[in-house]
Amino acid sequence: MLNTLLSGDYPRSRVLTGLLVAIVVGLAFAPFLFPGAAAINTAAKVCIFIVLVASYDLLLGYTGIVSFAHTMFFGIGGYGVGLGLYAFGASWGVIALGILLALLVGVVLAFLIGLLSLRVRAIFYAMITLAVASAFLILATQFSEYTGGEDGRSFSVPPSLRPGFRLFETPVFGTVINGRILAYYLVFAAAVTLFLLALRVVNSPFGRVLQAIRENDVRAEALGYRVVYYRIVANCLAAAMAVLAGAMSAIWLRYTGPDTTLSFAIMLDILLMVVIGGMGTLYGAVVGATLFIVAQNYLQKLMGTASAATEGLPLLSKLLHPDRWLLLLGILFVLSVYFFPTGIVGRLRGKPR
Amino acid sequence: MTVAPAPATTPEALPAIKHDYLPILLPVALSALALPFVGNPTTWVTLTVAALAMGMMIFVIASGLTLVFGLMDVLNFGHGAFIAVGAYLALSVLGLLSGWVQVDSLGWNLMALGLAVTVAMIGTGLLGWAFERVIVRPVYGQHLKQILITMGGLIVAEQLIHVIWGGDQKAMALPTALRGAVVIGDVAIEKFRILAVVVGLVVFAAMLVVLNRTRIGLLIRAGVENAEMVEALGYRIRRLFVGVFAVGSALAGLGGVMWALYRETLTAAIGGDIMVLVFIVIIIGGLGSVGGCFIGAILVAMMANYTAFLLPKVALASNILLMVAILMWRPQGLYPVAKR
Repeated sequence: MLNTLLSGDYPRSRVLTGLLVAIVVGLAFAPFLFPGAAAINTAAKVCIFIVLVASYDLLLGYTGIVSFAHTMFFGIGGYGVGLGLYAFGASWGVIALGILLALLVGVVLAFLIGLLSLRVRAIFYAMITLAVASAFLILATQFSEYTGGEDGRSFSVPPSLRPGFRLFETPVFGTVINGRILAYYLVFAAAVTLFLLALRVVNSPFGRVLQAIRENDVRAEALGYRVVYYRIVANCLAAAMAVLAGAMSAIWLRYTGPDTTLSFAIMLDILLMVVIGGMGTLYGAVVGATLFIVAQNYLQKLMGTASAATEGLPLLSKLLHPDRWLLLLGILFVLSVYFFPTGIVGRLRGKPR
Repeated sequence: MTVAPAPATTPEALPAIKHDYLPILLPVALSALALPFVGNPTTWVTLTVAALAMGMMIFVIASGLTLVFGLMDVLNFGHGAFIAVGAYLALSVLGLLSGWVQVDSLGWNLMALGLAVTVAMIGTGLLGWAFERVIVRPVYGQHLKQILITMGGLIVAEQLIHVIWGGDQKAMALPTALRGAVVIGDVAIEKFRILAVVVGLVVFAAMLVVLNRTRIGLLIRAGVENAEMVEALGYRIRRLFVGVFAVGSALAGLGGVMWALYRETLTAAIGGDIMVLVFIVIIIGGLGSVGGCFIGAILVAMMANYTAFLLPKVALASNILLMVAILMWRPQGLYPVAKR
């Protein structure tokens, strides 16, 4: 059972297993364990980013191509659901239609970008995706009569996901099961399903070919695998998964805008999460996303205290200013690319088999 | 691509090098195509001059990047950091020399600007040298890590700018004598744009002379074609590369100063905004080709300016279409660099 679920890809490390179990249990019972709106928001964000980062790892860690357009697909999913709900009112049919359309747009776009750039050189791909993603961001903010521009769009979700909705009359374990908690579990279930699907993909023969391409594309080509074809399929798969993550985000936040889905800052966050968690293993996405988001929420408070404590020292106080937390993570990122290219999970697992 | 003239005693003359003039016609064709759409010739001239000025700035920034890529196969995503650092250094110098900047005399203004540019270029050149040693050197030959690590360098550099200069948007005022426009007939041309075109042309000319007429340039061109062979002949290609990297960074610093003065505002993210155009330019031009980079920069700037006037909402998207069209025509860019 477990073997089928995890596609035979066990964590293979006691510490990692413990960490993963803690994260999964924490997320599964988040509404009961950590009461309060802020905590459940963090938990939902972790779920969404686990999917997003795992889909990015499919590209970066498994296939070895760097894309800077992943937030574009995330945004397509967010806008697909968000604009649908905004225009046609809150119903499940609209959500399904929005997701389908967004998937279509995302996959076609990923296919076209891949066809244009993956044929030539992998390094083209990084630059072209950067350009396309910027253009998409600008288009999304410019056509404000459709997308809400910089402000984005707020919309309502189907009634059963609204805070006013009650599943049971009586609280369960001291917590009222309202629509928000249902929405959280929808996001959580989608995240678990998508993650396990991704695990299935990377441990399939198809996933092995992707890893072969990452290690040595000329050799993979010589063995008879059509590298371009595999790269493009991986690209489309990752895009589809990012679109779904975007849809999850829209349903949870009840808002879609450039800052929450399309901005380059989120792209950098994803990159940091993948590399710090561990490239080339999907568990890295879980660990990386969780650590990063928890750090984002709690490290900043810590830095605020440290900055206040070092008030007298001019530069140190500025370096420790809460807004500069990305500086520490950037340095950590550079160091981890040098010294721990396999990230936290790679270190915990030790040498691969 | 001139080589030393073949001695007269050679039995057969070397075959003449074929020049490829077709790409040069592209900017001309594009501007001619835009004329009927823009309609008014005065507006068209203004737009074209603005495009040329912007193109020169993009070229100054992109030329270093494309050479670094051509020579050592390193694509520096952190190039944007040098743009921002250059602009901020110039901001500080211009702030110190505010007396020279505010006085309405072209001489003093140019002195202040020259000093600011010198400081910016030296600063970014040194930074580039350090960047090469610390960030790039350990990851030669590994594209994936290069992209990641230079991106990390960019994050750190941007954050350090926030620490040193603060995160708020700064005003970057043009020196007094460079404000306003020159009126020729009924066409008004901003003075700073003329300066930008002149600076860009000087950089391009200097680059062509260095690359085609000097020994260093010969080695650089040989290194772009085949680095191992140059090493086998006993030249230290590494040292050459560090030099090119530092000069490329200094040029990015110069471009950053010009770009910040052009926009008259400055934030730490200034590099990121223009880097997108720079990447499009070096892809269009052919990675590693200076000439292609020059034409690509003008094409991209023209496309940006004409569409900003005609269809303002799709300005950047039009450049993506331009890139797609050119890659369909020549998949390796306008002037493909024969390599690998």
